Amino acid sequence: MRGMGLGNSRRDRKKLWNQIYRNRWLYLMMVLPVAYFIIFKFGPIYGLQISFRDFRVRRGIWGSEWVGLKHFRQYLTNPGFWILVKNTILLGIGQVLFVFPIPIIFALLVNEVRSKKGQRLIQNISYLPHFVSVVVVASMVTTFLAKDGIINKIIAMLGGSGHLFMQDPKWFRPVYWISNLWQEMGWSAIIYSAALTNVDEQLYEAAVIDGANRWQQTVHVTLPAIKPTISIMLIMAIGNIMSVSFEKVLLLQNALTYEVSDIISTFVYRQGLSGGQYSYSTAVDMFSTVTNFVLILVANRVCKLLGETSLW
Amino acid sequence: MNINKGKGYRVFQICNALLMAGVCLVVLFPLYYMFIVSISDGAAIMSGQVNFLPKGFSLRAYRAAFKNNDFLKSYWNTIVITVSGTAVNLIMTTLFAYPLSKQTLPGRTFFMRMAVFTMFFTGGMIPSYMLVTNLGLGNTYWALILPGAISVYNMIIMRTFFEGIPAELTEVAYIDGANDIQILWKIILPLSKPIFFTLLLFYAVGHWNGFFNALLYLNDKSRYPIQMFVRGVVFSGETLSMAMASYNSSSEVGAELLSEEGAKYAIIILSMIPILVVFPIVSRYFKSGVMIGAVKG
Repeated sequence: MRGMGLGNSRRDRKKLWNQIYRNRWLYLMMVLPVAYFIIFKFGPIYGLQISFRDFRVRRGIWGSEWVGLKHFRQYLTNPGFWILVKNTILLGIGQVLFVFPIPIIFALLVNEVRSKKGQRLIQNISYLPHFVSVVVVASMVTTFLAKDGIINKIIAMLGGSGHLFMQDPKWFRPVYWISNLWQEMGWSAIIYSAALTNVDEQLYEAAVIDGANRWQQTVHVTLPAIKPTISIMLIMAIGNIMSVSFEKVLLLQNALTYEVSDIISTFVYRQGLSGGQYSYSTAVDMFSTVTNFVLILVANRVCKLLGETSLW
Repeated sequence: MNINKGKGYRVFQICNALLMAGVCLVVLFPLYYMFIVSISDGAAIMSGQVNFLPKGFSLRAYRAAFKNNDFLKSYWNTIVITVSGTAVNLIMTTLFAYPLSKQTLPGRTFFMRMAVFTMFFTGGMIPSYMLVTNLGLGNTYWALILPGAISVYNMIIMRTFFEGIPAELTEVAYIDGANDIQILWKIILPLSKPIFFTLLLFYAVGHWNGFFNALLYLNDKSRYPIQMFVRGVVFSGETLSMAMASYNSSSEVGAELLSEEGAKYAIIILSMIPILVVFPIVSRYFKSGVMIGAVKG
């Protein structure tokens, strides 16, 4: 940082150039990565301007007519759009409410297992699904929940009657959450388990001397110790409310469940890339990007105000 | 930890152990179920007799998969994509993470902020698609490799690791006149094997499991990676019936049946094999990698 001062005097400037010169090899290394960020990350951000134009492939980005906020006005007044927003947010909120807290509880319970070997075994098994691809998870879900799939067979064995889960809009969200939970519970718990192993053993001893039982130790020692980790993970989870797993939704949805399963990103994919409405769907997509960005900033701010750890 | 061994605590321990066993069972059952169906007899599967235990034994489904050229081709494609993509990932990530680990580098904060910004704000699907196709990368593997060349999250993990390497280790080399590239190659990287290995696996699994970029950018079916093949088999059924037709025409008369379900699961299992094989060996490395990320937050 010391080179960064905006030197007024010539000597400061000379010092900065010296510093830069000494680091020339490091800058050389960064050429490719920086080019990567400019082209592949900022390039698309620059390309966002097509949402303010009527993009025609023939005319290119610059030649296409500038139409200002036309597309934004068009979708903001379209009730169909608000259904997409609602579907996206509901999937995301459910994720935070149901899928976020369970790994914390799971990590606490694993931590209570007496044998260290047992802990390791449970952890290793539980995060295996994280490495299974989204295509395979979606494949499992669809075949298991099919009419003659294993789930319906088990229901039949228990005396229930079969159900077409994948065709039923009511089941779409629970299926999405549960499959996420199956896939990510163990993996998400790792971070809390790591935080738990760092809790000072002396704190427990002191708590025991004060007469605290296991439950009180958990509430007064363990939870406060992992609170910073929880709040960081919560910020990230809230910031991701709008960016639900697009790939999984795309694979799990079908025309029968669109009323609940169609979210902003699947709509953008269908209308934009399959339907060729580049400008309109980019404008729709921008809604979720901007909302997401604002959510992250707000969540981070709130955490700071509450005196918790923040991302920056 | 061994204080407070009341009766309630013992009951809790037993319940907890049962609960944990249940969790492991639920996690493993889907994989187990696909496996037993894939090795069961075709007729038994079709009449719905395979539930919790395999019935009969048949490797038909696997033989059918290996006779399917589309399957073999997509498997090979995925190996090519994974190896070359991971190489690009590691080179690019290292080239960025190492300079950013130097506290005295002018502009370090600026570059770091630039990278983190792209984690939270992106151009989105359509502008990315337009960019990649305008660059002429459509229908090539570059389209699957370049847009995700650096994961900022992984880069931060690596940078944090580099920052932890004591400066004394490199000082002597500087005095001897070595430049930063030589130091990175000869001193830093040999010390960074755990993190390098971790990121290698993160990236490789990402490539192996990736399907959406292939869906976006590849038109040519002969270039499809394995996940696209699996998707075709399970969700459109089209690929599978072709595969089964070619299998049935080549199989002898009176041969046992090949069930569709068994064939699907065999392909899914085969698509997961590299991950299932690598997983137990590397799970320790993954964990330490995640923890470094966690410390940084």
